[in-house]
Formats: sequence, structure tokens, C-alpha cells
Amino acid sequence: MPLLSVSGLVAGYGAITAVKGIDVEVEEGEIVTLIGSNGAGKSTTLRAISGLIRPRAGAITFKGAPIDRLPPHKIVAMGLSHVPEGRGVFARLTVLENLIMGAFQRKDREVQSDLGKVYDLFPRLKERLGQTGGTLSGGEQQMLAIGRAMMARPRLLLMDEPSMGLSPLLVEAIFATIRSIKAQGSTILLVEQNARMALEVADRAYVLESGVITLKGSGAELANDDSVRRAYLGEA
Amino acid sequence: MTILFATSTSFWVDQFVNGLTTGSLYALIALGYTMVYGVLQMINFAHGEVFMLGSFAGYGAMAAMGGSELDGAMIAVSILVALLAAMTASAATSVALERFAYRPLRNAPRLAPLISAIGASIFLQYLVLDRTSSEAKFYPNVFPDGSFGVEPFEIEYIQAFLIGSSLLMMVFLYLIIQKTKMGRAIRAVAESPSNASLMGVDVNRTIVNVFILGAAMAGVAGVLHGLFFQTIRGSMGFLPGIKAFTAAVLGGIGSVPGAVAGGFFLGMTETVGRELLNTIPGVDLPNQWRDVIAFSLLVLVLLFRPTGIFGEKVAKRA
Repeated sequence: MPLLSVSGLVAGYGAITAVKGIDVEVEEGEIVTLIGSNGAGKSTTLRAISGLIRPRAGAITFKGAPIDRLPPHKIVAMGLSHVPEGRGVFARLTVLENLIMGAFQRKDREVQSDLGKVYDLFPRLKERLGQTGGTLSGGEQQMLAIGRAMMARPRLLLMDEPSMGLSPLLVEAIFATIRSIKAQGSTILLVEQNARMALEVADRAYVLESGVITLKGSGAELANDDSVRRAYLGEA
Repeated sequence: MTILFATSTSFWVDQFVNGLTTGSLYALIALGYTMVYGVLQMINFAHGEVFMLGSFAGYGAMAAMGGSELDGAMIAVSILVALLAAMTASAATSVALERFAYRPLRNAPRLAPLISAIGASIFLQYLVLDRTSSEAKFYPNVFPDGSFGVEPFEIEYIQAFLIGSSLLMMVFLYLIIQKTKMGRAIRAVAESPSNASLMGVDVNRTIVNVFILGAAMAGVAGVLHGLFFQTIRGSMGFLPGIKAFTAAVLGGIGSVPGAVAGGFFLGMTETVGRELLNTIPGVDLPNQWRDVIAFSLLVLVLLFRPTGIFGEKVAKRA
């Protein structure tokens, strides 16, 4: 049984139907990526999975249980964390408060030691614990958003464009982090416009175009597919 | 300036203390307006009635415990019970308002919950006026008379109690907002309900908590108002309510420290400000001018600095 299973998902906003019946599966321990151009429906898919918008049709199951009618906080409680587009850092909360918010649903006593793990991963955050989130640079905010999601100890991490707006050096750093999160045994569903980087880390990938999946396969297969190379990797 | 000193120092001390007294009440009530605005970007115009119902609940508790027959330690106990009864009644009213008058309109155009709030305000006010046959009730006159301090710097016991307990409630609220998990959730929801929900915050539950906290402050203000002014009636919520709203706007609506600053600023301006104007030869403004001053201030702030003293970025959203 896949950890996450999306079938026949239709979702959108108002008069716009951004996602028109897609099937996506994520197995435990995998990195799966959804690539596609702006407006293809990638973010809408993630928002439907995490409960921010209610699907118009289709079914979503997580750990075998249906989640498509649950409010976001109940989905988080089941172990699904979503790093939203634009990072969703609380600008007026301190860095430490942001991180603690990530562990909002947890009642165990290992929150402190998990903070230590986040500091190991992102030493920069440890230097800025007392600063408010709004004073961080874009790269630091992305680190905070990822670190905060880790604080929830998610079974599945949804990441929406973690590389957006970052310098090439920082993009490398963020993808290195994604690899180390996977190495710790986490499962990731990654949405990216940076298809080259995404296909490199992904076990499997889906190509989304205008709300429908046009191609799927292993990361390596898609990276070598001619149409993908032309459309998303900028190659002739 | 000779005219200013023509009146005695103790007169100005009294005015200052009066300003702090009304300011405390405005600040306590303003906290409810500003916190609800912070999470919902909505003005809870029924909040004055939440204050009024708290005052009545406190009156009911004190009357049931013996009213003017109270003496000794029982006075202190009855005031404590009155405060708890008021906070409970105000919170219950506020939770009902949120559930039935506001939540169904959460995604409606912004005018809709505003109209609903005004309707709820009128409903509650006339409900109590009807139940009390529009008659005033009187808090038992049991609070010890007298004052302490050194002439001319004296303060009456009741005013010291009112200002002191208001400040205590504000510190209490501040600690809840800044230091507790519930407070962090409130601040997160105020910034972004959807991002807060992705952290696992139950947004509806948090909004209810905001209404409860704001109502508890208003309930305390209701009892303090009753103890100080003694007369309470069903219509008593309107003016303090709209003054506290003014205070919240003055301080910068959405800002908790702003509500406190705005409350004291408004209390001071309308009390001491009127007396200062009265020192001008030929000027003799009666008590009603307190309201003229307060609402002129509201208009001026809205015209020239709509973000208020502690201006948060609300003007863009409003």
C-alpha cells in the first residue's frame, strides 16, 4: 500500500479548475517529484493533499485512510507536513518560535533534541534564534521553513518550490538538505520548476501540464526523455 | 499659565487618576476589539454588550452573596466571585456570538459580519433592557471608602484597585500571548490562518480562544465599572464599547500593546484634556465634551494616521 495515494483528483479555485483528474502515488521512503511549468497545477495538488483546499472530485488516502475531507490540522496530526509555496514563515514570530510551531501537534519530550538536529542541519538558524522570521534572508527563510517542517517529524513531507528565488549556491544547499532528509528515512513529495535538480534527487517523477499528467517514470527516465529535455531542461 | 495653577495640585492629581481609571477600562475593553480584529479583520461591534453582560453577571453574583449586607472578608470574596462570574458570562456570550453571528459569515463579504455584529449588539442590549424593564441596577456600595498617599498626591482605594487589577489582567494577557502555546497559535493565526493550519493549529479553536480572552478582559472591566460607578443598565455597553473601539484604532487596531496605549491615551485626553481646555479664559466645557474630544480624536486619527500609534500594516488590508 502506498503511503500517499491520489486518484482522480480534481481541484481549483473559483471558476478555475487547475487540476483535472490526476493520479499520484508516493511509496514510503521515496522522493517523488511533480514537475511542470507555472500554472500547471502543481501547487494546487499539494494544497488539496494537505487540506488547504477541498478537492472537487477524487480521493486522497494517507497511510490507507481517506484524508480528502479532513481539515489541515488533522492531516498534520497524521504525520503529513507541507512547506508551502513562499515558505510560510511567520514574519512576526522569532526563529525559535517558528521552529516550535512546527512541533505544535507533538506531545513527546524529544522536541528539544529535535531542535538540536535542526541546528545541526542549519547552523545559521541557531545564530538567529531570537530574530523575527521577517528579518531573515530568502535562503534563511527556506531553511527555517524546512527545519520547521522537520520539527513535526513527518512521515511525508510536501515541499512546494523550495528553490524558488534562491541563488544557485543556495539551491545546491537546499537540494543537499533534501537528500539528507531522505537519508534519514523520510518520504518527500517535491514540487519544482527547477526540473533538472528535481529529477536528479527524485526516485520517481510526474510531469504535469495544464492540470493533467502527461508523463511519469523514474527520475533518470524522465531526465533522458526527449520531450522533457526540450520542455523543462532547456535542451534542444 | 497662571490660570493653570489657579486650580490646586490635588485637582490635577485627581484628574490624572480619573484619566487612568477610565483609561484602564477602555484599555481592557479595547483588547477584545484588537485581538478579534487581529485574527479575523473584523470589528466585533457587540463587544460593548459583552462588557455589559459581564457587569450584570458580576452584579448578580454580588447580590446573591448578600449585596450591601456584605462585610469584612466576604467583600473581597464577593468581588472575586463577581469577577469570575463576569468573565464566564462574557466568555459564554462571546463564544455564542462567534459561533452563530460571525462564523457562518467567515467567507462572506466583509460588510456582512459587520452588520451581523451591529444586529447582535442591538439584540443583546434590548434583551437586557427588556429583562430589567429598562431600570438601572446598583452595585452594592461595599468597597471601603478612603484614600492613601500623601496630600496632594492621593488616590482613592477603589481607583487604585481598579487601575491595579486592570494592569494585572493586561500583564496576564500579555504572558498568555507571548509565552504559551495557545498564545503562539493566536499570533500565528493572526499572521496567516492557512500557514498556522499547516503547523497543526486548529484555526477555529484558536479564534474561539481569542474571543474568550477578549471577553474575559471585558468581563473584568464590567465588574470594575460597576464597583466604581455603581449604576449599571442594559444600555451601558454602547458608549464604553465605542470608546474602546476608538482606543483600539488610536493604538493601531490589531496591536495588543496599541490597545493598551490607546486606552490610556484616550482616557487621559478626554479627562485631563477637557480640564486643560477649561483653563483657557472664557472656556467652560461641560462633561459631555469628553465624548466630543474622544470622537474628534477618532476622526483625526482615521484621517491622518489610520494605522494608529503602533501602526501595523492594516491600512492595506482594511
